Amino acid sequence: MSELEQMYREVILDHYKSPRGHGLHEHPDAQAEGQNPLCGDEVTITVKFAEDGDTIESIGFDGRGCAISQAATSMLTELVKGRKAADVAALPKEELLEEIGIPLTPIRLKCAILGLGVLKVALHKAKGTPLPPEWQNLGDDLQFD
Amino acid sequence: MAVTTPKLDAQKLRADFAVFDELTNGKPVAYLDSASSTQKPRQVLDAMREFYEHSYANVHRGVYTLAERATAGYEGAREKVRVYINAPSNREVIFTRSSTEALNLIAYAWGLENLGPGDVVVITELEHHANFVPWQFMAKKTGAQFAHIPIDDYGELQLDALDEIASRGNIKVVANNLVSNTLGTINPVEKLAEWAHEQGAIMVVDAAQAAPHKHIDVQALGCDFLAFSSHKLCGPSGVGALWGRRELLEEMQPFNLGGEMIRSVALDRTSWNELPYKFEAGTPAIAEAYGFGIALDYVSEVGLDAIEAHEHELAVIAMEQLAEIPGLHIFGPPADRRTGIVSFELEGVHPHDVAQILNWEGVAVRAGHHCTQPLMTRLGVAATTRASFYLYTIEEDLDRLVAGLLKVKETFA
Repeated sequence: MSELEQMYREVILDHYKSPRGHGLHEHPDAQAEGQNPLCGDEVTITVKFAEDGDTIESIGFDGRGCAISQAATSMLTELVKGRKAADVAALPKEELLEEIGIPLTPIRLKCAILGLGVLKVALHKAKGTPLPPEWQNLGDDLQFD
Repeated sequence: MAVTTPKLDAQKLRADFAVFDELTNGKPVAYLDSASSTQKPRQVLDAMREFYEHSYANVHRGVYTLAERATAGYEGAREKVRVYINAPSNREVIFTRSSTEALNLIAYAWGLENLGPGDVVVITELEHHANFVPWQFMAKKTGAQFAHIPIDDYGELQLDALDEIASRGNIKVVANNLVSNTLGTINPVEKLAEWAHEQGAIMVVDAAQAAPHKHIDVQALGCDFLAFSSHKLCGPSGVGALWGRRELLEEMQPFNLGGEMIRSVALDRTSWNELPYKFEAGTPAIAEAYGFGIALDYVSEVGLDAIEAHEHELAVIAMEQLAEIPGLHIFGPPADRRTGIVSFELEGVHPHDVAQILNWEGVAVRAGHHCTQPLMTRLGVAATTRASFYLYTIEEDLDRLVAGLLKVKETFA
């Protein structure tokens, strides 16, 4: 088994089979959903803020699609918990891709960043945080609610 | 004299394709994505290089020898296309950029002028987007209705729906692919053409997925327009062909405007060139059209009967082997009613994940909606994995597909 496959098994499949942060909040402070029309991936994300109204206290997601899209969103929930909305709105996709750790082709990249895009849209809607231009370009092929 | 079944030697033909001598990621490629685009034999590549090196100039303009050679090469390819589809005249053969462009040409140049409220455009549930979206768009633009012929659970057209469709208004266009690019279904185009003509409609055939694998005879099909592409039958990409009945083409306005397609231009008016040039504005894909012709020679020499028989044999084997994999579900009709295309789903694993792991095993398949989203909706899936075969596909490729799928299952278990 190649190193790549080993990582795919250990990291991606672990998150795919046992997703962290799975399940949506009943009364979220922020919420958005998005699809990747190319492969039919779907992700919905809900967020609860801490008492300061700014720190992500809890984040949940629901979705269906390929292992990369769902595993990446699972990793995302671990990555952003406890962070400020503005920081997450500015979070570069590279930070998430580093977590994922396996090289992705451009097509699979869209699967990987779907959850991040949905989260940024949710924060944008709830808190008016900016959607950085870099993200807007990346999101061209993705559809958000 | 005994009747001989045509047989091709795929192993021998593979020597014409350099990619099969190479290793990709350390493994030889099991190329099972020919329905998307085929590999190119050196005969086509050598001929194109030779053409570029010794016979290249713009076509139809220059009076010098090179321009004459280039024009002869380009027009020679048009004649090869005519022969390949048994068209009555090469003036009815138009070079386009692709099948997609050919179908858009009909939708715009014929549809925009001839459709209106009360008219009905009929497509099918298993059309490729190229023969679906232009008609949906044109129906909306002109106020015509947009109706579809549904499919049954085998992915075959339900022709008993035709009477109800006919009752909706004036049927003006029936558009169908001869072979489904997702399921490989061979559609009853002759029957549909007959029905279309009874309704006073035209019959538009998307033969992109049929022309590489079956004999095409536009006169026997009884259609009015037929489109196909070079790149799916061993030729270069960037060129396709549209055949249309002369009287329809004569009546139609041009699709693209500019050089080559004019007879005369003045400040206050322009008149159109004769067929087929009326529809070939601008410098065409000259060497590509030439290469298209060489590809038609190559495929014809191998023999379409032999190709069809070879693909059928592979489809039978593939469907038998795949059916043995637990949790694998094949879409579409039985092997004898399809070409060399097998679309399937593997329970619990997204097709993109299937294709990614197969890629690590050197197996190249297509995963996605195959530009047939309405069909995906009908099948109740977001995407499928598709394996497709051609004249260079060998049984070993299928063995590797099956071994790869078992590995996918093991990974996702």
